[in-house]
Amino acid sequence: MTNGAFEVPAKGGFSFDNCKRNEMLLNKGLKAPGFLKTGTTIVGLVYQDGVILGADTRATEGPIVADKNCEKIHYMAPNIYCCGAGTAADTEAVTDMVSSQLKLHRYHTGRESRVITALTLLKSHLFRYQGHVSAALVLGGVDVSGPHLHTIYPHGSTDTLPFATMGSGSLAAMSVFESKYREGLTRDEGVKIVCEAIASGIFNDLGSGSNVDVCVITKGNVEYLRNHVQPNPRTYTSAKGYTFSKPTEVLSTKVTALAQRAVVTERGDAMEEE
Amino acid sequence: MSIFEYNGSATVAMVGKNCIAIGSDRRLGVQLQTIATDFQRIFQIHDRLFIGLSGLGSDAQTLYQRLVFRHKLYQLREERDMKPETFANLVSAILYEKRFGPYFCQPVIAGLGDDNKPFICTMDSIGAKELAKDFVVAGTASESLYGACESMYKPDMEPEELFETVSQALQASVDRDCLSGWGGHVYIVTPTEIKEHILKGRMD
Repeated sequence: MTNGAFEVPAKGGFSFDNCKRNEMLLNKGLKAPGFLKTGTTIVGLVYQDGVILGADTRATEGPIVADKNCEKIHYMAPNIYCCGAGTAADTEAVTDMVSSQLKLHRYHTGRESRVITALTLLKSHLFRYQGHVSAALVLGGVDVSGPHLHTIYPHGSTDTLPFATMGSGSLAAMSVFESKYREGLTRDEGVKIVCEAIASGIFNDLGSGSNVDVCVITKGNVEYLRNHVQPNPRTYTSAKGYTFSKPTEVLSTKVTALAQRAVVTERGDAMEEE
Repeated sequence: MSIFEYNGSATVAMVGKNCIAIGSDRRLGVQLQTIATDFQRIFQIHDRLFIGLSGLGSDAQTLYQRLVFRHKLYQLREERDMKPETFANLVSAILYEKRFGPYFCQPVIAGLGDDNKPFICTMDSIGAKELAKDFVVAGTASESLYGACESMYKPDMEPEELFETVSQALQASVDRDCLSGWGGHVYIVTPTEIKEHILKGRMD
C-alpha cells in the first residue's frame, strides 16, 4: 500500500512493510509482544426451534485480565451470529469482514444470508492464511433451510454439529454438553444448558471468566442476552471511595478554552439505511 | 526483553462525569538509560479527542503522523471532526493492516463524542479494541496501573477529582516501574475547556 511519498487509505489486505525491521529486532534479541487473546469458553447448540450461542466475557493478555466484560458473540447478519476465540484482533477483524461481505451479498441478491455462505467465506479466508489468522469460531444461525451450527478452526477446517464448544474452556463446557444435551430441547432448557456449560468454563478454566453472554436465534428473531448470568460480581468496592491525603504536585497548568460546538442543521433526506 | 520495554511508558485514560482524563509519563529511555524526561506520548487529534501511544517511541511517532494525515483527509472530505468511535475504528484498521508485522504500539484513545459523551478505549498492537466504561491503561507500568485504577476509580467524578485520581494512580504506578516515570502529562477534557497539567514526580 506504500504509494510513493505518502500512504493513501488502504484498499484492503495486509501490509508487510514492518516485517523486515521487526525480524531484525527479533534477531537482536528483543522479544515480540504478546497479543490480546480471548482465552475463552464459547459454545453453541441446536434446539427445538433454532440455535443458542454462549460465551464468557474475559479477555486476557498473558496472565493479565485485560477486559473483564468483553463481547465475544459477534454479529454476522440479522439471522447469523458468531462466537470468537483466539487472538482478539483476528476474531474481530475476520467476523467484521465477512459480515460486510454478507451485507453486500444481501444487497446484490435481495435475499436473507445463509449460514453456509458465512461459513464458506470464513473458512476460505482462514485457509488462505494457513492458521496464521488465529480465529477459532462457533458460527450459528437460522436461515431458509433451518437452524445451523458450525465450528471453524484457525486452519480453515469446519465441523457441522448439533452442539459445539471452542476455546481453552472447551473441554469443561463439552463435559456439560456430553452429559446433558439431547435432541428437541426447549428454549429454556437450551439456555440453561448453555449457561451451565459456560459457567463450567468460567470456573474450571483460568482463561475464561466473568459473565455469561447468550444469544438465542430463531426463525425471524434474535435475542441477544448480554450478561445473562453474572456469577462474579465485584465484592470489594469501598463505599466511601478513595481519598488522597496529599495532592499531586503540579509543575504547570495550561488551560485552553474550547469553542462551542457548531450546531448542524440537517437538510434534505438522510441517507437510506436498512 | 520485549520490544515494548525498550523505551518504557505508562498511559492511562479515565472517565468522569461529562469529562475524560488522559495521562502518561514523561520518560524516554533506551533500556535502563534515560534519554529524555519531557517526552510526549499523548497527542491531540482535534479539540475533544486525544490519543496516547505507549510502546516503542519511534513507532508511536510514525503512527501519530499517519493518524493525523488520515484525520486531516477525513476533515477535508467530511468538513467535520471524527467521532471518537470512528477514530478508534480507524486506529484499529491501521494497526490490523500490519497484522503480520505490527507497530510496537499500544494506543489509548480518549475523547468526548456527540452530546459530550465520554469515550475511552485501548487496543493491543494489532488493533483488538477494548472498550471500557471506567478506565483503560497501557505501557510497561500497565500491571500496576490496573491495580491502582481498580481501587481508586469511582464513577461520575467531577474534573478536579478526576485529575487527582488519575494523577495519583499514575504516580503510584510509575514509581513501581523502573522503565517509566519522571513526572507526567495529564489532560482533562471537559465540554468547555482542556486543562493540560505537567506533574512533578520522582527523578530516579
